[in-house]
Amino acid sequence: MNRGVAITGMGMISAIGNNVAENFASLLSGRSGISKITQIKTVHESEIMVGEIPLTDDALENTLGYAHDTYSRTPLLGIIAAKEALAQAGIKDVSDYKTGLISGTTVGGMDKAEEYFYDYYQTDAHWNHINGLHAGDSTQKIADAIGLTESFVTTISTACSSAANAIMLGARMIKSGELDRVIVGGSDCLSKFTINGFKTLMILSDTYNTPFDENRKGLNLGEAAAFLVLESDKVVKNENKEVLAYVKGYGNSNDAYHQTASSEHGDGAVLAMEKALKVAGIEPKDIDYINAHGTATPNNDLSEGRAIIRVFGDNIPEFSSTKPFTGHTLAVAAGVEAIYSVLAIQNNIIYPNLNFKTPMSEFKLLPQTTLKNKEINTVLSNSFGFGGNCSTLIFTKEA
Amino acid sequence: MKKEVYINSIGSVSVQKTFDDSAFLEDIVTYNDNAIKVVDPNYKEFIPPAAARRMAKGIKMSAVSSQNAMKEAGLENVDAIIVGTGLGCLGDSEKFVRDILDNDEQYLTPTRFIQSSHNTVAGSIALDMGCKGYNFTYVHSNLSFESSLWDAKLQLATNEAENILVGAVDELVNHHVETHKFIDHIKKEAVPMEDVLNSGTKGIVFGEGSHFFVLSNKKQGSTYSRLIDMGIYNTLPEEKISETITSFLENNKISISDLDGVILGNNGDVEFDSIYKNLGTSLFEENPQLVYKHLSGEYDTASGFAFWLANKIFKTGKVPEILRWNNLPINNPKRLLIYNQYRGKNHSLVLLEKC
Repeated sequence: MNRGVAITGMGMISAIGNNVAENFASLLSGRSGISKITQIKTVHESEIMVGEIPLTDDALENTLGYAHDTYSRTPLLGIIAAKEALAQAGIKDVSDYKTGLISGTTVGGMDKAEEYFYDYYQTDAHWNHINGLHAGDSTQKIADAIGLTESFVTTISTACSSAANAIMLGARMIKSGELDRVIVGGSDCLSKFTINGFKTLMILSDTYNTPFDENRKGLNLGEAAAFLVLESDKVVKNENKEVLAYVKGYGNSNDAYHQTASSEHGDGAVLAMEKALKVAGIEPKDIDYINAHGTATPNNDLSEGRAIIRVFGDNIPEFSSTKPFTGHTLAVAAGVEAIYSVLAIQNNIIYPNLNFKTPMSEFKLLPQTTLKNKEINTVLSNSFGFGGNCSTLIFTKEA
Repeated sequence: MKKEVYINSIGSVSVQKTFDDSAFLEDIVTYNDNAIKVVDPNYKEFIPPAAARRMAKGIKMSAVSSQNAMKEAGLENVDAIIVGTGLGCLGDSEKFVRDILDNDEQYLTPTRFIQSSHNTVAGSIALDMGCKGYNFTYVHSNLSFESSLWDAKLQLATNEAENILVGAVDELVNHHVETHKFIDHIKKEAVPMEDVLNSGTKGIVFGEGSHFFVLSNKKQGSTYSRLIDMGIYNTLPEEKISETITSFLENNKISISDLDGVILGNNGDVEFDSIYKNLGTSLFEENPQLVYKHLSGEYDTASGFAFWLANKIFKTGKVPEILRWNNLPINNPKRLLIYNQYRGKNHSLVLLEKC
């Protein structure tokens, strides 16, 4: 009844590594990817810190064998991550089973749209990007790159919970038998658009982000792409696949409180966590580790912290936010953290919540601040976004 | 046991006067243009004027169409809100980018950024309704609405939800229109409405609109139709389209001759309308064929207009002459297939049966 959906491949690129192995090595060594911004020229460069992938668009295009200025950075990152995920899952022909692709993004091709906004009127040099602003265009480019045709391909944009919802939809598609295999995750690049947008909301920190700390000053924006391969039990059995972990539970709700802020007591977050636990058929006590949304904004960490207390009571498992490593990678955050959750299960390890010093005055929550070895069977991962979107995923070692 | 999926109500704001549910394309809005805006309903009846002032057009249009759909379904709240939009509230995104560039990243205000978030319509409806249920936004070009329908169908069939508000919304924005004219995706020249579908030129006439529907696994007095099945294909080689449609129908134990009509997405782009025309003279030769994009304009979620249209035809039993593409008689149709694609990509099939 509540059987999980198998994860058989993972791929990612973030500020702390160009693939899953590099990301994991950085998590183990405590190496943060937060730095000054180098790839985008912005007047805010001295006031913000970001989780940037330290590669130019040209370098990404070289890696993929594309010509200069072929695509927006969003599909470039996405293609790199999706290809790694398929390789790990041992998939050579993406069409040998009924396969789908579901990607989350917030900016799509905004990086090129803002760069050439007026240029389009002067010269035709960059007209190849005109139709690239579509969020769906970045997903189709990923589909093209992995050879996925005549298939279910779609894009979700629920702000910072997008990839969580992509994983959720993918798991539901496998469970209902609509697909045998689905590649799920997301891709988002940094842009002036998001930097300035978050700047107007006054939730960007000018230094390293400090989730769940009394003196937290806001978030560091990041960029990343992360994809996971989900496969049906039939495919796993037929192909004798190694299963990395399972998507066991998922919950989605709306906070219905404010367009950009979370409710004071985290109503939406509580509902999302409760739904996910119900779908998984488990109790809060069964969770071994919480990978928190933990953006380090005053509002999120208070709301999420209260929601965790409401769901877990006095028995709160170790929790941490990995945003001090990667920054807040917006649509992809839940994809990045899904992979970190699976790595936690595979390696029985909990990552430190870097930069934490002072407990928050509103409650006694203390995040895990050091790398810790512990038998991890079940991880709960939260992601919340603008528009009141709240999503929770639960990953397990056993189906 | 999978449950049936019903369309229990409709709401529309479009280039035609579709917000008025008492009429059905009786008073056609004509034009001679390459970009056409919606007929604005009286927004004050739906939105407090103070709130409306800074509100993105996509949110305003959707307030009207979603409230009309909720009212007709007799609901105060739903289990889920799922919205499809190709570009979200693009007007605010465009203004925010312009502000960034013109003011060197200074003196910016958050409203435009907030409304640029693709999920702003779904979020704002949830906020107004106090709906804490499932909330999703699909943004996959001209499959945005179909993805939303798909998700709703999945949840209703498996009884994960009982009533779902499903929507489709996109805005017309000048920068988008101007730049897409450069690349011949939008017609460079103005075209009169009656000539659009036979224009013989590249590109489309761009439109906008917002369509909302309550889908449910419970039939009620207001029920329009049953969603039998749907298909989504990111690509389809032209030579495989007929075969794909045939096997889609076979899976539902329906033959081509069982269809009382097909609603096709002809948009007047000479480069891609051949796909519909070829089907019209082969697979669909014996079927009454209906078209609508000369009335709605083309945009990512224009198929929301087709979905509204099919349901309106079922309810009224009438097929306005202006929709007819061939001369085969069509009277009080019971079963309609909607087929859509854009620029040869993102094909969708939606099969509806009158209730």
